[in-house]
Amino acid sequence: MAETEERLRRTMMFVPGNNPAMLKDAGIYGADSIMFDLEDAVSLKEKDAARDLVYEALQTVDYGNAEKVVRVNGVDTPFYKDDVRAMVKAGIDVIRLPKTETADMIKELVDDVASAETEFGREEGSTHVMAAIESAKGVVNANEIAAASDRMIGIALSAEDYTTDMKTHRYPDGRELEYARNVILHAARAAGIAAFDTVFTNLDDEAGLIRETQFIHQLGYDGKSVINPRQIAVINKVYAPTKAEIQTAQQVIAAIEEAHEKGSGVISLNGQMVDRPVALRAQRVMNLAKASHLVDEEGNYVEE
Amino acid sequence: MSKNNVGVDIPDSILNQYDYKPYAGAKLGNPVSQRVAPQVRAQFGENKVVNSIADVVKAEVKDGMTISFHHHLREGDQVFNEVMQVIIDQGIKDLTLAPSSLTNVMNDMVVKAIKAGTVTHITSSGMRGSLGDAVSHGALKSPVIFRSHGGRARAIETGKIKIDVAFLGVPNSDAEGNANGMTGDAAFGSLGYALMDAKYANKVVLLTDNLVDYPNTPASINQTQVDYVVKVAQVGDPDKIGSGATRFTKDPKELKIAQMVNDVITHSQYFKDGFSFQTGSGGAALAVTRYLRQSMLDKGIKASFALGGITKPTTDLLAEGLVKKVMDVQDFDKGAANSMHTNPAQQEIDASWYADPFNKGAMVDKLDVVILSALQIDTDFNVNVLTGSDGVLRGAVGGHQDAATAKLTIISAPLVRGRLATIVPKMTSITTPGESIDVVVTEIGIAINPRRKDLIDALSHIPGVPVFTIQELAAKAEAIVGKPKAIEYTDRPVALVEYRDGSLIDVINQVKD
Amino acid sequence: MEIKKTALAGTLESSDIQITLSPATAGGIQIDLDSAVASQYGDEIKKVITDTLTGFKIDNALVKAVDKGALDCVIKARTIAAAQRALEQTEPAWEVL
Repeated sequence: MAETEERLRRTMMFVPGNNPAMLKDAGIYGADSIMFDLEDAVSLKEKDAARDLVYEALQTVDYGNAEKVVRVNGVDTPFYKDDVRAMVKAGIDVIRLPKTETADMIKELVDDVASAETEFGREEGSTHVMAAIESAKGVVNANEIAAASDRMIGIALSAEDYTTDMKTHRYPDGRELEYARNVILHAARAAGIAAFDTVFTNLDDEAGLIRETQFIHQLGYDGKSVINPRQIAVINKVYAPTKAEIQTAQQVIAAIEEAHEKGSGVISLNGQMVDRPVALRAQRVMNLAKASHLVDEEGNYVEE
Repeated sequence: MSKNNVGVDIPDSILNQYDYKPYAGAKLGNPVSQRVAPQVRAQFGENKVVNSIADVVKAEVKDGMTISFHHHLREGDQVFNEVMQVIIDQGIKDLTLAPSSLTNVMNDMVVKAIKAGTVTHITSSGMRGSLGDAVSHGALKSPVIFRSHGGRARAIETGKIKIDVAFLGVPNSDAEGNANGMTGDAAFGSLGYALMDAKYANKVVLLTDNLVDYPNTPASINQTQVDYVVKVAQVGDPDKIGSGATRFTKDPKELKIAQMVNDVITHSQYFKDGFSFQTGSGGAALAVTRYLRQSMLDKGIKASFALGGITKPTTDLLAEGLVKKVMDVQDFDKGAANSMHTNPAQQEIDASWYADPFNKGAMVDKLDVVILSALQIDTDFNVNVLTGSDGVLRGAVGGHQDAATAKLTIISAPLVRGRLATIVPKMTSITTPGESIDVVVTEIGIAINPRRKDLIDALSHIPGVPVFTIQELAAKAEAIVGKPKAIEYTDRPVALVEYRDGSLIDVINQVKD
Repeated sequence: MEIKKTALAGTLESSDIQITLSPATAGGIQIDLDSAVASQYGDEIKKVITDTLTGFKIDNALVKAVDKGALDCVIKARTIAAAQRALEQTEPAWEVL
């Protein structure tokens, strides 16, 4: 696990790496993570130009507090090594490896990242990695992949290639993804990293996006990949805590503070013990509430 | 040299030569003015119908006259070019062209008329494209005078614009000149701007492709005003008159701005039952209407009226009962035009009723909330809707100055367009004074005019709507696009921008090549 | 460094710039710029292109630049891509990026 403090990752917005207009505006939509794509969104003839463009954009464009992720070309392509080096030099937060099938692929990536950090004078360990699972083999090896490196911050399901590999395709109810979703989520949780669900491709079906997001939210996913900024608000709304959840969380936090002030080791609220999982959930609810603009800077509930 | 109230230095020579006072502020007091009346040649049931534009032009248009047109047919207009070609062909010189505005489809013909010496003076709401380019580079000897829709109505009523012959395209008329904008192949809805010309021109020439039985009702223009009815093959291309079926934008940046505009409206003190609003056209404005509809439903709020240029999303609110009246000076699409025909709560109003500052009360005076656009906004909240960042004419005043006098005036604009900053330290020209502007909404957040302490209190804590100073927004824009080189101008004025009361708010000079 | 062949990078989409480099034996870096924002940003655009090519030690080149409102970072990236293609370099130009 590469981080100690939990970061919200409700949305990871895909941005085609060779599109200047989208690179310019990617920071304004409030995506928790922005994923610059050098892989599928870029034609073979433009791989060099896209890499140059993403590199230069990362030097000057303000992406605010968003986590900056790049999807490099696969390890079996001639672009992979230069992609990794250029993005480490550019100061990217996370490198996302497509079509990850084994823990060794992640270890190779981590070695490449480490040597690039040395080569370009970046702080050792400052570049994180994540894996995209796009095949049956990747799902089968998900546990090892998720635990392959302490640079790992997350693992994502990429359903388009995965369903092809499984000799099926995507259905509206998503039952073909049941196994993969659960395996990937467990692998992530066991390794203490984030789990990202796949994209929802029908931009005009907002009800379908809400339905699918509610489902993966219920499972326990951190968030979803998005292909259009319009999807961000929809997903964030599903992830927004309810007023009751916020109030409970506020009580838990108040109880913890009170116990600290009194120097009491055991924390209780309404006769129930507040243990570590309860405390963590309260903190997560408050983070989501702040990100959803449901509480102000001081943590007071905002009445709409 | 005199400095006007928005800090523009205006040469005394211009003030003297064109008889102007410098703009002194948006608060106008209660000015008293004298109206003029047109000359009327009485008729007693003679045949007004003629088949030849050339005959009318020959009889009525003389060197040095002022002629006018309306722009309700927008990019589908076929009247303007046909009439102007006849005038050019007859060798008439030194005309003043005084249309309600000029659309792109008219550009090349105006340039041609200028080159031929047919047109030597222009007053309009705006100009764009090849015409804007030509004028900005000095094609006309006399500066163009830009007036708002309300300002034009005032200028016509007070005789500053004295129209000799008005050529008005209508989608229907009877043989005596009773006409409206609502039916026929070229139906465009409200005749709001043209009604001024019909009332005040010495000679009124209707052109129609749809001669109907006498008496034609409801009549917006009526036979008491009309001298000639000319039958033409087609007054307008129906596909280009409106934007057809209005579609909501899918541009995520426009949607984000629209969402924030709606947040600003709904968190202001004006969002309460019986409020009034004006939104205008354009993708973001239409999206605001959609968000506003949902907010009105959620809060159980109904609007007393919607004003100005009307679109289908607004008439949908009327049909749904969320808006009680639509006060309609022009219709931007077929849906809105059709609604005026079928819904008696959609009232046609003329430009004076809409926005004239020199009458006994215009509708803009009663307006609570307006959303307007901008080419540029400066750090004093002044707005430019006339000239591009290169100093070239490419816009129109429209109702901007007039509607901006609303109680809550919101400018919605992206922080940058391509490589051009929208919010800048100094604009290429000033159209609307910052005194009238209350809130600027961009995709990254809003700026509130410091004059409005009440709004700073009301709007500073909206979830998801960051508040910046206008200077901060300008700095953020410059950080993205870099510092531009200043545009160079010659000393020669190519356009005078009137404020709605007829004072001079800016002088636009010829750009250097 | 000598440009070996004509090469271009970038598109004519909004916010992009298309840079075409052609060989020249003398005359320095000659830029033919087509841009709607030339009056405000023409000098800056040319400077970014020239500085970037100088980074490649290219002394002489004919540059055709068709700008659609690109920011400096885009201009630099497209110039780098065009230069590398014209010089037939495949390894990224680490010192110029």
